[in-house]
Amino acid sequence: MFLRSKHLLGTKDLQKEEIELILNTAESFEEVLEREIKKVPTLRGKTIVNFFAEPSTRTRTSFELAAKRLSADVVNISGKSSALVKGESLVDTARTLESMRVDAVVVRHRAAGVPHLLSRVGNFSVINAGDGMHEHPTQALLDLYTVRKRFGNLRGLKMAIVGDILHSRVARSNIFAFTKMGIEVVLVAPYTLIPADVEALGIEVFPSLKEVLSEVDIIYLLRFQLERQEETFIPSLREYSEFYGLGSAELKNCKEGAVVMHPGPLNRGVEIRSEVADSTISLVQAQVESGVAVRMAVLYLLLGGVKK
Amino acid sequence: MRFKEKARVMDEATMRRTLTRIAHEIIERNKGAKNLVIVGIRSRGIYLANRIAQKIKEIEGVEVPVGELDITFYRDDLTVLSNPLVQKTHLPFDITDKDVILIDDVLFTGRTARAALDALMDFGRPATVQLAVLVDRGHRELPIRADYVGKNVPTSRREEVRVNVSELDGEDSVVIGEFEGEG
Repeated sequence: MFLRSKHLLGTKDLQKEEIELILNTAESFEEVLEREIKKVPTLRGKTIVNFFAEPSTRTRTSFELAAKRLSADVVNISGKSSALVKGESLVDTARTLESMRVDAVVVRHRAAGVPHLLSRVGNFSVINAGDGMHEHPTQALLDLYTVRKRFGNLRGLKMAIVGDILHSRVARSNIFAFTKMGIEVVLVAPYTLIPADVEALGIEVFPSLKEVLSEVDIIYLLRFQLERQEETFIPSLREYSEFYGLGSAELKNCKEGAVVMHPGPLNRGVEIRSEVADSTISLVQAQVESGVAVRMAVLYLLLGGVKK
Repeated sequence: MRFKEKARVMDEATMRRTLTRIAHEIIERNKGAKNLVIVGIRSRGIYLANRIAQKIKEIEGVEVPVGELDITFYRDDLTVLSNPLVQKTHLPFDITDKDVILIDDVLFTGRTARAALDALMDFGRPATVQLAVLVDRGHRELPIRADYVGKNVPTSRREEVRVNVSELDGEDSVVIGEFEGEG
């Protein structure tokens, strides 16, 4: 079985079987990462460009490690150091990369749709590593992988995504991906931070965490995006933390076996308090750990192989 | 495309005798079984590896560790896994300074054996690596030969050799056939 597209632009376009293929392949790569020599020659000779026009530590490092552990060559371009600051258009950047015969471009950009644009211009594979408020598919895939590893299965679980849904590409990708795999998703957020079209997806919305805490297996806390708060969406950070933050007091009302997830970076004391972030119900570290194996699987399935 | 069986070259009894013979040869060549580890390649090699380990135990009274090797990530034709089955490498022992018996069902072009050698070297530095196959069907593309061969079976390139094991296929047998139709 193959992925149908040579690009990974969002989880919205993925079929359930494709997601399963990625997760199963990631399992094979996890074994590779446990070896002393954490490297296989699978993508030898392929060139992958990491094009990050927005800041990132974990995603960029994770993609770079994934590519290197598959023996691909990696080139990093950041927003500030690229010719974009000299006024080069994205289309011209894509053509430049195409002329240099790169095989894949991993792109993060503050504008939604940039990966899609690149995928139409170049003949390389494009992997979306986060575009504006649109999608961040590999985050959703590694989250699914982490959940599957912890619970053994996906179907029948219930997850609450908590926080700034409106500005969150992670929330969007996770809603599409988790629902496809049979997980019930509910949203918890102030109404100002809920996208207008969310009811069309048939997803329930709750105004405070207390109302759903005892029913969900996965509490997925989003990062409160302090940099996007130039408009006033909430009365105060303290009030936000009161209604949507998770501390040890709230944990007492959790379902047994429930887990807490967060895409990082953490705002300790805002959406998550340290006593939760560092507790045994937190999968935050496990999520980061899954990242490399899942991204290896994505790169391998998009770039490896002679497709007959 | 339909697989048309042309000849049966091994049945259950012959396969059992062949594996017993290979087990004897391995012990003879290595003067015992003390320093041996057995590594099966992919699905069917793993079943054969377990059986040979069992025979060695019966003959020598020595429990030889058995590992599983998946070589997908080392292939030079980079075939993407065509089945969704998760295959993992599982070597629950150190291979350094051991005599490694690598086991595959069919030796054909030699590319699988080459990939297996590469994969193995990432896990350590064995004293020796020896290759055992149930069937050698010829048509080598690389300078690779097997140390232990169950049966040499002359084939044409168009033919397909299938090793069936009871655990996966419901019977122990080796058949030669051809695909009819397109392709």
